[in-house]
Amino acid sequence: MNGVKAGFRGFAQYLGALVGADAYRKYLEHHVASGHDGPILSERDFWRDRTDRQDNNPQGRCC
Amino acid sequence: MGKTYKEESPNTLSEDLLEADPALPATAVNEAREAEDAKWTPAKIGLWVAIALLGGVAWFMLAIVRGETVNAIWFVFASVCTYLIGYRFYSKVIERYITKPDDRRATPAEYKADGKDYVRTDRNVLFGHHFAAIAGAGPLVGPVIAAQMGYLPGTIWIIIGVVLAGAVQDYLVLFFSMRRGGRSLGQMAREELGVIGGTAALVATLLIMVIIVAILALVVVNALGESPWGVFSVGMTIPIALFMGVYLRFIRPGKVLEVSIIGFVLLMAAIIGGGAVAGTEWGAAFFHLDKVTIAWGLIVYGFIAAILPVWLLLAPRDYLSTFMKIGVIVMLALAIIVVRPEITVPAFSEFASRDNGPVFSGALFPFLFVTIACGALSGFHALIASGTTPKLIEKERQTRLIGYGGMLMESFVAIMALVAAISIDRGLYFAMNSPAALTGGTVETAATWVNSLGLSGVNLTPDFLTQTAANVGEESIVSRTGGAPTLAVGLAHIMQQFIGGTSMMAFWYHFAIMFEALFILTAVDAGTRVARFMLQDSIGNFVPKFKEASWRPGAWLCTAVMVGAWGAVLLMGVTDPLGGINTLFPLFGIANQLLAAIALAVCMAIAAKRGSFKYIWIVAAPLAFAAVVTITASFHKIFSPVPAVGYFANNAAFSKALEDGKTSFGTAKTVTAMEAVVRNTTVQGWLSVIFVTLSIVVIVTAVLATVKAFRNAASGTRNKDHEDQASASRVYAPAGLIPTPSERALMAEWNNLPADKRLEKSGHH
Repeated sequence: MNGVKAGFRGFAQYLGALVGADAYRKYLEHHVASGHDGPILSERDFWRDRTDRQDNNPQGRCC
Repeated sequence: MGKTYKEESPNTLSEDLLEADPALPATAVNEAREAEDAKWTPAKIGLWVAIALLGGVAWFMLAIVRGETVNAIWFVFASVCTYLIGYRFYSKVIERYITKPDDRRATPAEYKADGKDYVRTDRNVLFGHHFAAIAGAGPLVGPVIAAQMGYLPGTIWIIIGVVLAGAVQDYLVLFFSMRRGGRSLGQMAREELGVIGGTAALVATLLIMVIIVAILALVVVNALGESPWGVFSVGMTIPIALFMGVYLRFIRPGKVLEVSIIGFVLLMAAIIGGGAVAGTEWGAAFFHLDKVTIAWGLIVYGFIAAILPVWLLLAPRDYLSTFMKIGVIVMLALAIIVVRPEITVPAFSEFASRDNGPVFSGALFPFLFVTIACGALSGFHALIASGTTPKLIEKERQTRLIGYGGMLMESFVAIMALVAAISIDRGLYFAMNSPAALTGGTVETAATWVNSLGLSGVNLTPDFLTQTAANVGEESIVSRTGGAPTLAVGLAHIMQQFIGGTSMMAFWYHFAIMFEALFILTAVDAGTRVARFMLQDSIGNFVPKFKEASWRPGAWLCTAVMVGAWGAVLLMGVTDPLGGINTLFPLFGIANQLLAAIALAVCMAIAAKRGSFKYIWIVAAPLAFAAVVTITASFHKIFSPVPAVGYFANNAAFSKALEDGKTSFGTAKTVTAMEAVVRNTTVQGWLSVIFVTLSIVVIVTAVLATVKAFRNAASGTRNKDHEDQASASRVYAPAGLIPTPSERALMAEWNNLPADKRLEKSGHH
């Protein structure tokens, strides 16, 4: 039963990572690891900043 | 450091810069140990012999055996075995002789790491991410239209084309862009080909985007015209996406998976609800829209969507689109493997040797090779492979899996779309895909016309057309051109044998229409945005104010220009008396393949400057093929005296008819329609002229750059390269899907490293 649960969780994590659901976690990791001294963005601000930057930096989707 | 850069040979330079930190384990696998792993054991030899044999048998069944029917499973075996062999052997040749990745070198995701745009991403996640970005409606539409010629020409081109051309392009562009910090194709073209070649590439890209967006939009319009169910369920995706956007922005930021599940449930409800709404009298009346109205709706939508903030509409729909894409593709693959439909379509149809087929006109060579672009060779991918993906790659050697492997996956999607389309009745296929000008638009006239074509084994009855339309919940399926409805009928036909039976066919049909519309709306929105930025950037060279992305009037003006451009082409296609898709789709394919030729030309120049002369054919061969195909196709479209093929020949024929005072000519029944044909063919003809001229300019400049690189090498002058400066990597990850034993051993060393030693020190020098 635990194996099924773990498998399902892994699958959900993969799907999440696919669309970038783990972006904030990775941002935090980077922030800690690179020894920034600036303030850390809150989760809400991080996501705002992320989509707002896409406004000025669009990425194509293919046909 | 910068001063000595040009004089020194690249090798000594890299060696100095790539000196590894002695405190860390190796950042690349030891080549000797890797070679040990790669040794041929009897088990490995047996496995590859088995794959080759199975693939050979499958190709034999498809290409040589001429039975009454062929089972769809052979398509799966032929394609998968060929992909495996291409990936295992050919992509390794490219890796060894052209790209030469070096895992000791940091990737942009490491040396430019910012936690936002440049983020090291697990290779398997990035594989899915890249695949979702490159695969859209294209591979689902082209193969369906090309099925007019029979199944074999399309199958061969999709499978062989991807191994030798499409995947090569994607891999090379991805790798070279990664070596340049994720620079775009346009920037690389300017650096490698100079001002003339670079400018031609930029203008060509911009025009090509307009054509591609217009024709994708045309596919949606054709699928939704006079379809209340489709209009309702696809229309509902807009409020659903808006809700998801607000949810993510204000209610629960970052809960992407959660909101996607909610969105997916709402989407299913919209499909089911669409059936109920279309069943009511007011629903059928309210959502019954003609194609011109839908086209105008799409144009207005396109403008608003492209100026709304990304978080409100684009980002949430992108999530839905990604999940739908992966879900549908997995489902379709499972269904084909479980159901294994029998295919009755001949390998080569009666139209394979003619140039006047009703679905698309023109001879097999070159038009089959432009009709199927996505899935075999798609230039548009070069824009993706030089966009987000190179900024996320963790290690250089992973580019083979992501670039080459990702494209093989898309090719497999194209093969499945082909199988779905040819699993339906042949008569039905031609009744759906021929323009109303030929079928007459009613079930009786369509059945009579299809039966008069003299196709072997085809005996279509009006009842069958009526019954199929009723099964899929449409008023009529006659002349539903554009490929998407045919694929939807094929998918419904296969899926109902898998789950639900005939009563579920309408759901599966509208499910398929919904996901294709979802991809296309995302592509339309994103394409308009990208094109608008390119336009702003170009105007900005003369009027600097336009370069400011946040300057509203400039952004709105450029958006309006781009929407106006593709909107005009879209309306032209919708109102075209000759049928629309059959005259415009070749232009789409030509545009896409010309972009591929441009991308390959840039890659050839880069490969030459890196000194890969002996193996330059790996790039030159697909470039030559793409160039010959598209230039020939363009010349046919421009110079052919056959009105069905040549735009100007058609133009002249209709102009003459008008001059002679005729009030109807060919399929155009009124003077207005005849004038429309004259107008449309002029635009289409001149677009072909512009495309082919620009592409020839780019290819010629690339050949000149290649020759110059040869001469420099011969005379001992170092070629200037535009790669970012090499820096030593401080991380490790395996290259392929499954790590080799030596990769596992190295991963174990890294995992044993104390956490504080693994700190990233990159990006902030």
